[in-house]
Amino acid sequence: MAKEEKQTQEGMIPEDILQRWETRGVSRRDFMKFCSVMTATLALPVTMMSKIAEAVEGDNRPPVLWMEFQGCTGDSEAFLRANQPTATELILDYLSIDYHETIMAAAGHQAEAAKRQTMEKYKGKYIAIVEGAIPTAEGGIYCTVGGDSALNIAREVCGNAAATIAVGSCASFGGIPAAAPNPTGAISVSEAVPGATVMNLPGCPLNATNLTAAIVHFLTFGRLPATDSLGRPKFAYGKRIHDNCERRAHFDAGQYAEAFGDAGHRQGWCLYKLGCKGPETFHNCPTVRYNEGTSWPVQSGHGCIGCSEPQFWDTMSPFYKRLPNVPGFGVEATADKIGLGIAAATAVAFGAHGVASALRKGDDMESDQVIKED
Amino acid sequence: MAKKIAVDPITRIEGHLRIEAQIEGGRIQNAWSSSTAFRGIETILKGRDPRDAHHFTQRFCGVCTTVHSMASIRAVEDALKIKIPDNARLIRNLIMGIQNVQDHVIHFYHLHALDWVDIVSALSADPKKTAQLAQSISDWPMSSVKYFKGIQDRVKAFVGTGRLGPFANAYWGHSAYKLPAEANLMAVAHYLEALEWQKDVIKIHAILGSKNPHPQTFLVGGMAIPVDPDSQNALNADKIALIGKLLKKARRFVEQVYIPDLLAVASFYKDWAGIGGGVGNYLSYGDFPMDNSGGTDNLYFQRGVIMGKDLANVLEMDEKKITESVTNSWYSYSGGDDKGKHPYDGETTPNYTGPKPPYEFLDTDGKYSWVKSPRYMDQPMEVGPLARVLVAYASGNEDAKAIVGHVLKTLGVGPAALFSTLGRTAARGIDCLMLAQKNELWLNQLADNMGRGILEVHNAEKWDPSTWPKEAQGFGYHEAPRGALGHWVRIENGAIANFQAVVPSTWNAGPRDAAGQMGPYESALIGTPIANEEQPLEILRTIHSFDPCLACAVHLFDGRGNEIIKVRAL
Repeated sequence: MAKEEKQTQEGMIPEDILQRWETRGVSRRDFMKFCSVMTATLALPVTMMSKIAEAVEGDNRPPVLWMEFQGCTGDSEAFLRANQPTATELILDYLSIDYHETIMAAAGHQAEAAKRQTMEKYKGKYIAIVEGAIPTAEGGIYCTVGGDSALNIAREVCGNAAATIAVGSCASFGGIPAAAPNPTGAISVSEAVPGATVMNLPGCPLNATNLTAAIVHFLTFGRLPATDSLGRPKFAYGKRIHDNCERRAHFDAGQYAEAFGDAGHRQGWCLYKLGCKGPETFHNCPTVRYNEGTSWPVQSGHGCIGCSEPQFWDTMSPFYKRLPNVPGFGVEATADKIGLGIAAATAVAFGAHGVASALRKGDDMESDQVIKED
Repeated sequence: MAKKIAVDPITRIEGHLRIEAQIEGGRIQNAWSSSTAFRGIETILKGRDPRDAHHFTQRFCGVCTTVHSMASIRAVEDALKIKIPDNARLIRNLIMGIQNVQDHVIHFYHLHALDWVDIVSALSADPKKTAQLAQSISDWPMSSVKYFKGIQDRVKAFVGTGRLGPFANAYWGHSAYKLPAEANLMAVAHYLEALEWQKDVIKIHAILGSKNPHPQTFLVGGMAIPVDPDSQNALNADKIALIGKLLKKARRFVEQVYIPDLLAVASFYKDWAGIGGGVGNYLSYGDFPMDNSGGTDNLYFQRGVIMGKDLANVLEMDEKKITESVTNSWYSYSGGDDKGKHPYDGETTPNYTGPKPPYEFLDTDGKYSWVKSPRYMDQPMEVGPLARVLVAYASGNEDAKAIVGHVLKTLGVGPAALFSTLGRTAARGIDCLMLAQKNELWLNQLADNMGRGILEVHNAEKWDPSTWPKEAQGFGYHEAPRGALGHWVRIENGAIANFQAVVPSTWNAGPRDAAGQMGPYESALIGTPIANEEQPLEILRTIHSFDPCLACAVHLFDGRGNEIIKVRAL
C-alpha cells in the first residue's frame, strides 16, 4: 500500500525534474517529501504536486530582499530552523536571497549596492520580506540603515516589489515596539506602505513552516494565498488554537491544571485557568507546531499568550490571568466574523458548554470570574 | 591625509550597527561605534505584572533568545526572595547551556567565518587534498573525497547561475584572505553542515520549552514544563533520552568539527593575535549554578573582574559599582549628561541630536549612538566569552585551564595572545566546548531527581501578588552567549515601577563616556591595518569577534501613559 502510494506520487513529478534535483544534491525522496508536505500544508489536491515541483524547478528562483527594521531577528532565526525545505535549500536552491543583513557576506555600501541592483533589475518582480516594525516618530530617527530611515527604505523596497510578506507580529501589526505607550511611533508594514500588496504572517516569532508554505504558494500560483481581513493567510490562521488544541477534551471535561506542576498540569490537562489565550487566538500552532513539529507552548505546559493577534502585548496581558468571559461563539466562527472586537479588548469567548465545564471545577484563582452565558 | 569611512550596515550581526573609522597610513586612527535603532521596551514594561516581564524582555533579542527571560526572571526572584526547585535550576542550565553552544557555532560558521574564509577560492580546491586535510585534523566521518567533491559541485552549480544571493558583492579575493583553497572548501562544507546541525540540536528548547526562538516556559519561581516519568504529557524518560541524544550530537560536532576548524583557521591568522585587543578590562557575572543554594559561590563559570589584563588578580564583582553614562548617547539625564547613573536610578529620555536621515556621516563630536556607555568603577569593560573564559581560567577553573592550555599549545602562543581579535574568537570556542561537555551532567542530575520522585518544577509560594512586599527591588544576572547580562527591576504595589537592562552589547558597543574613554569596539579597532579602504574586511573581523547583538543593547525607560490600564479594564 505504501509502495503504491509512493509510485503514485512519484508519477506526478516528471522524471527529468527529479533527476536534476538529484544532481543538485537533493535526493528524490527528499524532494518528493517536500512537494507532498507543501501540498498538504496549503490544503491543495495531491494532483498539484507536479505544479509545485515545476514551480521550484530551474533557475527561476525569485529574488528576495529581506529587510529588518525594529525587530529582534527572531523571525530570521525561525527561518533558519525551517525544515521543509531547509534553510540551506531555501538559500541555495529555491530563492535568491539578495539582501538579508543577518546572513549576507557583503557589508556597508556593497550590501546596499546588492539591494539596489535587485530592485532595478527585478522591479515589480521581487519578493520583499519585512521583519520588525517601522518607527515613524520624529522623522524616522529611531531606525536607520545605511543612513536612511526604515520608513523611506520600506516605502521604496515594498513599493516596488511584486508582493511583500510581513514576517512576525512586529511587521504585521507593530508588535512589541508598538505596545503601549508606543514610544517610537512604531507601525506595521501595511500601515507604512499602504499601496503595497502585503501578506501578514504574525507570530512571535512566526512559524517557519507557514513562511515556506506561503513562498511555495507564490512560486506555484504567482500570487499570495487567500487572506482574512487582517491580511493573514487562511491556511494558517483560519482557526482558533482552542478549536484544534490537543487538550480540548480536558477543557470539555472540566479538567484544568490549577497550578504549574500539579497533578493536572503533569497529566496534560487544560491550561485555561493558568491564563491560556488559545480561545481567542487564531493560529495553526497545534497542528503545525514548531521546530519540525517537536512541540508548541501548550504541549510544553505553558498557556498560549496570543502572540499572533494584533496588539497582543496589551490585549492579552497579564498573561497568567485567565481570560474573562463574554458572549461566546462556536467552532465555526472565524476571525473575520468576530472582527476586530478582540483587538479592541472586548475579549473572549467560550461556548456555553465550555463555560459550564469551567464552572464545574470551581474557581479559586484571583479575581476574575467565569460568567455563565445564557 | 586621514580618510573617514562609514560601514553601515555592519552585516552578519543581530540588529543595526554602524562603524565610522578614520584611516591614515593604512591603519585605523580613530573609530566610532553607533547603534542606529531604538524600540523602548523598558518604557513599555512599566506598570505591568512582573511575572510577565520575561515574555517582553525575551523579545529584546531573537538570536540570544532565552537569555533575557533568564535575567529578568532572576531579577524578580531576587526582589521577591524566591527559591526555585532543583529541577528548575537543572532545566534552566540545560536551556542556557545548549543556547550558548548552538549560538557560538552559528556565530563561528554563519556570522564570522566569511571574514576568514573565501568561498570563491573553494571552487579551485582539490577535493582529494581537502579530504586529506580534514582527516588529518579530525575523526569527523563526513570527510571523503566524494563528499567534498559533491559540496564543490553544489557550490559550482550555484555560482554558475550567476546569481550569488547572500554571497554577492562580498570581499572575495581580498588580499587579507590567507587560507589555502582546500581549507576554504572544508570550511564551506562545514558552513552547510552547521546550518543543518543548529536546527536539530536546538530542538532541546522545543522539548523543554515549546519552541525556539522564544521558548515559552520560564516562570517566576521555576519552569512551566512538567516533570513526571509516569505521564506522556510531561518531561519523561522518553524525552530525557531524546535530549540526551541531541546533547551528544551537539558535543560531537563541537569536538570534531568546530574546535578542529577553529584551530586550523587560527593557525593561518596568528597575526590577529596581535590585533584588536581593546580595553583590556574584563567582567563576568559567572553562571550555571552547580548547586541549588541560590548563591553565586558555586557557579560553573566563576564571577569576577579583571582589570588591565592582570590575570593574577581576579577582583570581586559588585553590581553597585556599575553606572551608565549618556554623554555621547542620544539621551539626556535630569542631573546633567556628564555623570553616570546606577541602573536602579537609571533614566532615559531620548534626545536625538544626530543628522536627519538620509545622511552620510554622523556628528561624532557630539552624541552618536542609541547605546549608552556602561562603566564599572568608571572603567570600560569587555564582556563575552573571552571575559568569561579569562575569569574562569584566572580563578582556577580546571576545565578552563585544561582547554585554554590545549588551545594555546596547539597554536604555539602564550596567554597574552588571548587579548586580541583572534583570542576573542578562540575563547568563544573554548566556552562552547566547556558547556557542550557539561550539559550532559545536568541532564543526568535531572533524570536522577525524577527517578527519586522529585517532580517539583515551580515554587508557587509567592506566585500570588498579595504575598509580595509593597516595594522590592532585585538584580538578575546571566552569562549570555555574548557575555554579562544584568536586569534591574523595581516593583511597587505589584507592578513594575522601573526596569533596566545592561546587556553584553551595551558594554561592548557603547560610545565614548564623559571622560572620553572609548568603548571596547572602538578601542579594539585602533591600529587595525586596512589593506583596502573600499573593502574594510579587517573592521568586520574585529567587530564580528565580539559577536554584536544590537537589538538588546538599546533601551529606554521612563513614564508611560494609562492607555493599557484602560484597555485592560474591560
